[in-house]
Amino acid sequence: MSWIGSAVPRLEDATLLTGTGKFVDDIHLPNALQAAVVRSTFAHARITGIDAAAALAMPGVYAVFTHADLPEALKTAMPLLVPNPAIRYPVTQHVLASDAVHFVGEAVALVVADDRYIAEDAAELVFVDYEPLPAAGDFREALRPGAAVAHETREDNVAAEFTVGYGETKAAFAEAAHVFGETLFQHRGAGHAMECRTMLASYEAVTDTLTIWANTQSPHQLRDVYCRMTGQADNRVRVIAPDTGGGFGSKVQAYPEHLAIAAAAIALGRPVKYIEDRREHFTATHQERDQFYDVEIAVDGDGRIKAVRGSLIHDCGAHLAWGIITPFISATTLPGPYVVPAYQMKVTGVFTNKVATTPVRGAGRPQAVFAMERLLDRVARELSLDPAEVRRRNFVPADAMPYKVGLTFRDGSPVIYDSGDYPACQEKALTLAGYDAFKERQAAARTEGRHIGIGTASYVEGTGLGPFEGVSVQIMPAGNIIAQTGAAAQGQGHQTMFAQIIADRLGVAPDAVTVIGGETTGVAYGIGTFASRVTANAGPSAHLAAGNLRDKMIKIAAHLLEAAEDDLDLADGRVFVKGVPEMGKSFGEIAVFANGMPGFSMPDGITPGLDDTSYFTPERSTYANGAHVAEVEVDIETGRVSILRYVTAHDCGTIINPMMVEGQVAGGVVHGIGNALFEWMRYDEAAQPVTVNFGEYLLPLATETPAIEQTHMETPTPLNPLGVKGAGEGGTIPAAAAIVSAIENALTPLDVKIAQVPVTPEALLDLIADAEAAR
Amino acid sequence: MAERLEITLTVNGESVTREVPVRLTLADFLRHELELTGTHLGCEHGVCGACTILLDGKTARSCLLLAVQTDGMSVDTVEGMADNGALTPLQQAFIDNHGLQCGFCTPGMLATLTELLDTIPDPSEQEVREWLSGNICRCTGYQGIVDAALDAAKALRGESPAGA
Repeated sequence: MSWIGSAVPRLEDATLLTGTGKFVDDIHLPNALQAAVVRSTFAHARITGIDAAAALAMPGVYAVFTHADLPEALKTAMPLLVPNPAIRYPVTQHVLASDAVHFVGEAVALVVADDRYIAEDAAELVFVDYEPLPAAGDFREALRPGAAVAHETREDNVAAEFTVGYGETKAAFAEAAHVFGETLFQHRGAGHAMECRTMLASYEAVTDTLTIWANTQSPHQLRDVYCRMTGQADNRVRVIAPDTGGGFGSKVQAYPEHLAIAAAAIALGRPVKYIEDRREHFTATHQERDQFYDVEIAVDGDGRIKAVRGSLIHDCGAHLAWGIITPFISATTLPGPYVVPAYQMKVTGVFTNKVATTPVRGAGRPQAVFAMERLLDRVARELSLDPAEVRRRNFVPADAMPYKVGLTFRDGSPVIYDSGDYPACQEKALTLAGYDAFKERQAAARTEGRHIGIGTASYVEGTGLGPFEGVSVQIMPAGNIIAQTGAAAQGQGHQTMFAQIIADRLGVAPDAVTVIGGETTGVAYGIGTFASRVTANAGPSAHLAAGNLRDKMIKIAAHLLEAAEDDLDLADGRVFVKGVPEMGKSFGEIAVFANGMPGFSMPDGITPGLDDTSYFTPERSTYANGAHVAEVEVDIETGRVSILRYVTAHDCGTIINPMMVEGQVAGGVVHGIGNALFEWMRYDEAAQPVTVNFGEYLLPLATETPAIEQTHMETPTPLNPLGVKGAGEGGTIPAAAAIVSAIENALTPLDVKIAQVPVTPEALLDLIADAEAAR
Repeated sequence: MAERLEITLTVNGESVTREVPVRLTLADFLRHELELTGTHLGCEHGVCGACTILLDGKTARSCLLLAVQTDGMSVDTVEGMADNGALTPLQQAFIDNHGLQCGFCTPGMLATLTELLDTIPDPSEQEVREWLSGNICRCTGYQGIVDAALDAAKALRGESPAGA
């Protein structure tokens, strides 16, 4: 039997359900101190002085670190990890603010004390003198001539400019039967994992070794940033990501606080822990989604797309931690699953005095899909076509695979959709949703005075981005199997996924495989958990490593048993002669032999040790796809939107564990529901954040969330040996588009048009009133 | 230094006496004094529900309580649920229904659902969702948690074996 494809219960669950997991703040090191961060209260200001005397005088306070107190190597700005020639001003954050602050929440000083209570008291006694400067708030305002600049050293707020596209856009627009334009605005949200950022640094002077426990999505990247700034040898910096309470992109980055507590632990010779609170998370942890689109679509008389063009303005926040990855993904995602013969998108990244934006679940794709799907809904409305039919007429057909879009992705490779059947996927979703019969239900509801509506959206998602993610598999002399990888898990179920893949190759049950993830000591190099990339990068690495071990065990057993390799098989932790199971060697016996017996020669062609480390390197991204259908009811008196049904059809190639894929999709959809209806990180015009708790910033609750009804296709990718694509973000990507389409459909009699998300009840009531006034 | 008081309370069935700073929250007392780290802090302002525990059998936010307020009371945390390693029907139902991903909100979910199933042995899906509306989960989309609660209710009523 194959474990791949089976809904194996998760190996992670038992410890988490009994309260015996190990999250960073659960680690109690002897002599550990606690840190609190003094954060900027201004969006933009010069720092003219810092007085820490009162804080330092408090009993239980050990140190206050400011920029001046950091080692020289950590006084420079942090590295720009993903450069791009389109970046005009590659500004990144300092570990602790030097002479100016550029957003509310920027780290200015680190207070270290006996416990967090004292550290927070002392942080209030660190007096920072600020000379306030005009702040760049709204990112569109920030582009106007004479707007306040986010960085004093600049004349304007343009961080980057570039254009992507292909084909004869101008000619296509000139010749098209119809041209429709939309301006679309999507607001900031955040990852808001339930566990905020946590970190603990411990330095051992005897071995000059630094250990950082952090709930990071990229342990190797954090190590590499530290080593890049300090010159420390990478085997003297160990980063461990233990159990982690969700990520969603926000924990990918190496943050200034990681480096600050490392410096503090080294300076004080004691472990230093920093546990971010939720208010800090609202101001200092990276966010995403603020984008403004001005887009046009050209179609023929039948609604077939001739070209799409437009401009996209992206709020970068104050710093470019990860360059301009997010708007780049947006611009290259927009054509989606449709044949778009010509396409041009001008992108402008704008600095504002807000915390940086870096990828959050979906990474620029939800906005791009929203833009494209809004355009197609407009085409449907103008040409009196069914919205699903407009999409059907424009899908890339299955027989066009592999399909070259004409764009270059952010890794420099061409955007080529490797496999998928987009029309069939849409059809599955429509069938499950009962789409064709909806008109009757809607008519019946309208006679009762109820406003129900249906909307659909389709998407293509570049997943499994390279360059690699390594996995090492080792068989111990005790006979047990240990797999290690740098890829850190934040709840996805990596342990179970790797164990299923390895179990298939080694003929054991998944629970016979111990998986240790998220440690830099596991494999030498690593990239991180983002871009729905771990199953598609590290999954094949696990498959290859376990396969190499399987071959090696058969070779060794053939030698020990004096049998032909072809006559041997593996099962239950043994290699044995087919048909004669008692004639065999256990994995442990083979490991003991492979590890070397004093005085015994290694057989021909057998290298020492029973371990293998593989780094699968995909040649380019693989494209997952899906279609969603949302059915909503709108209360036009209160503006409340209730989601009555939500249906997804999802294709992520080969499915390793269907239960976990459904969990990823369902969680992703609910994140998208948040983006569509609730989540809005608001700032005032001076860039002061005004939503800094869960009363002001709303996340979807169980009562606002329907059951997610799912159906799946499995179109394997030819780009890796397992045929797997990524599954972590597809649920989020088209959700806002589908929900907004459904709301508009519900309000067709009122002629309400929606051009921005989230659609809050207040916003919807305003739109209804505007539509009434216009009639 | 802050004032300290001696308190005695029952935690997971065992009597505990400690001298604690009066401003120490119950959550920090459990996590850092007793090293019962299964109770998690997600927002520290009483909204997310991750820190929910049972106080004299009723759910309470341990981030909004001071340890000294619980003097003489009984606190039950996630660590006290399983009996010698044997999972409760509710815990087992979470495994069977994929009711958790990162597991950070899970102890609070278990506390809330324990009280629900004590109060309403045969809840409807809507009732489960309303009871869960004080606990935020960012990973699962709630469906697995709702299914787990309904499944556990069945098992506790003797209508199906746990894990069936």
